[in-house]
Amino acid sequence: MPFDLPFLAESFVALLRGIPLTLQLTVLSVVAGGILAFGLAFMRISRRWWLDAPARFYILVFRGTPLLVQIYIIYYGLSQFPVLRNSVLWPFLREAYWCAMLALAFNTAAYSAEIIRGGLLSVPAGHVEAARACGMSGFLLFRRIVMPLALRQMLPGYSNEIILMVKSTALASTITLLEITGIAAKLISESYRPVEIFVCAGAIYLAINFLVARLFAWLEYAVSPETRKPEERRA
Amino acid sequence: MNTLGLMSFGPDGWGYSMLAATGTTVAVAACGFFVGALLGCLGAAASLSRLRVLRLVADFYTTVLRGIPDLLVIYLFYFGSSSVISTASALFGAEGFVGAPAFLTGALAIGVVSGAYQMQVFRGAVLALSKGEIEAGRAYGMPSLLLFRRIVLPQAARFAIPGIGNVWQLVLKESALISVIGLVELMRQAQIGSGSTRQPFSFYLTAGALYLLITLVSGLVFRFAEKQAMRGIRRGV
Repeated sequence: MPFDLPFLAESFVALLRGIPLTLQLTVLSVVAGGILAFGLAFMRISRRWWLDAPARFYILVFRGTPLLVQIYIIYYGLSQFPVLRNSVLWPFLREAYWCAMLALAFNTAAYSAEIIRGGLLSVPAGHVEAARACGMSGFLLFRRIVMPLALRQMLPGYSNEIILMVKSTALASTITLLEITGIAAKLISESYRPVEIFVCAGAIYLAINFLVARLFAWLEYAVSPETRKPEERRA
Repeated sequence: MNTLGLMSFGPDGWGYSMLAATGTTVAVAACGFFVGALLGCLGAAASLSRLRVLRLVADFYTTVLRGIPDLLVIYLFYFGSSSVISTASALFGAEGFVGAPAFLTGALAIGVVSGAYQMQVFRGAVLALSKGEIEAGRAYGMPSLLLFRRIVLPQAARFAIPGIGNVWQLVLKESALISVIGLVELMRQAQIGSGSTRQPFSFYLTAGALYLLITLVSGLVFRFAEKQAMRGIRRGV
C-alpha cells in the first residue's frame, strides 16, 4: 500500500480537532474522581467498619467491571427509570458528554482511592509520632507531615492511572462523542482507509501520554530535592 | 418485568443467552490472554537479549501498545484485516465490505495489547532472579536451554503470578470492547437484550454482575495458584 502523504496530513489535522475533548474528559474526570478518591481512601483507613465496608464494596464493583459497562449503565441504563427522566438531573444525564465524564470519574475514583491509600499508609509512623511530640495534631499534622509525604509516594502510581485515563477516554466514542477515536472511526467510515487514520490517531495518543509521563517525572523530581546529589541541588 | 424475571431460564427469559455470552467472553479473553502470553515471552526474551536491535524492537512494541487506547487497536485489527479480506475477495468477484471474523480479530487484538503488559511482567520476573543461582547453574556446566528450563523458568513463573493475575483481570475487562466489532459476548448480548426489551439498566447491570463474578472467581484461582507456587519459600517480609 503506497503511503499517501496529503491524505495522511489531512486526516492528521482532522484528528487534532479531537484533542480538546479528549483532554477535557481526562482532566475533569481526573479532578472529580480524585476528590471522590480522597473520600474513599479516608473511609478505607478510618478503622471503622461501617465506613470501610461501603468503600471496599465501591472499589470492588468499579474495579471488577469493565468501564464500557459502567458507561452504558449510566448513558443507556438510567433512562429506564421514569423517575430519573422527569427529574432535574435529566438535562445532564441525557448528554453523552456528562455521562462519559461521570463514568470516567467514578471509575478512576476506585483505582485512585487505592493508590492514595497506599500513599497514606506509606507515611512512617515515626514521622507522625515526631510531629505529635512537637505539638501538631489534626489538620495541621495532616497538611504539614502526612500529605506531603503521601503525595510524593503515590506520584508514580498516579501517573500510571492518568495515562490509563487518557486511553480510557477513547471509550467515550462508543456513546457518540467525537473525541480523537470518535473522529477516527468517523473518518474511516467515510474513506475506508483504516490503517493510515489509526496510525495518526495512535501517534496523537502516544504524544499525549509521553507528555503526561514527562510531566510526572518532572513533578517527582521537583518534590524530592533531598534525594538528589548536592551539586544537582544547587542548580 | 423485573430484572430477575427478565434473566430467568424460561422460554421468555434471557438467562441462557446471557450465560452463553459469558462463556464467549471467557473464551475470547482466554484466547487473547494466551496469545499475549506468547508475545510477552518473546518480547521479554528480546528485551533481555544481548542484541541491541531486538531490545529496541521489544521496547518499541511495549511502549506503543501500552500508550494507545485498546479500542483503537481493536478497530485497527478489525478494519485493517477486513480491508485486506475485502480486497482479496474482490479479486474473486465479491462486492463491498467483507468483515473479518470477529472472534479471531478480537482475540488477536487483545492478545497483542496484553502481550505488551505481560512482557513487562515476565521481564520483571526474570530480573528478580538472584544472579548467584544462574552463576551456580553455569558453574555446574548447564547449557543455556537447560539452565533456563531448570533454574530460570520455575522461579520466574513463580514471581510472575501476581503480575499475570493483574493482566488477566485487565484482559477480561478489555474483552468487553470486542463488542464494538460485533462479537456476541456478554457486552454485546446485553446490548441486544436491552435493544429488544427496552430495559437497558437491567441488562447492563446483569452484565456487570457477571463480569464481577468472573473477576472474583479468577481472583480466587490466582490466589490459590500463588499460594501453591509459594509453598516452601521463606518470606523475607
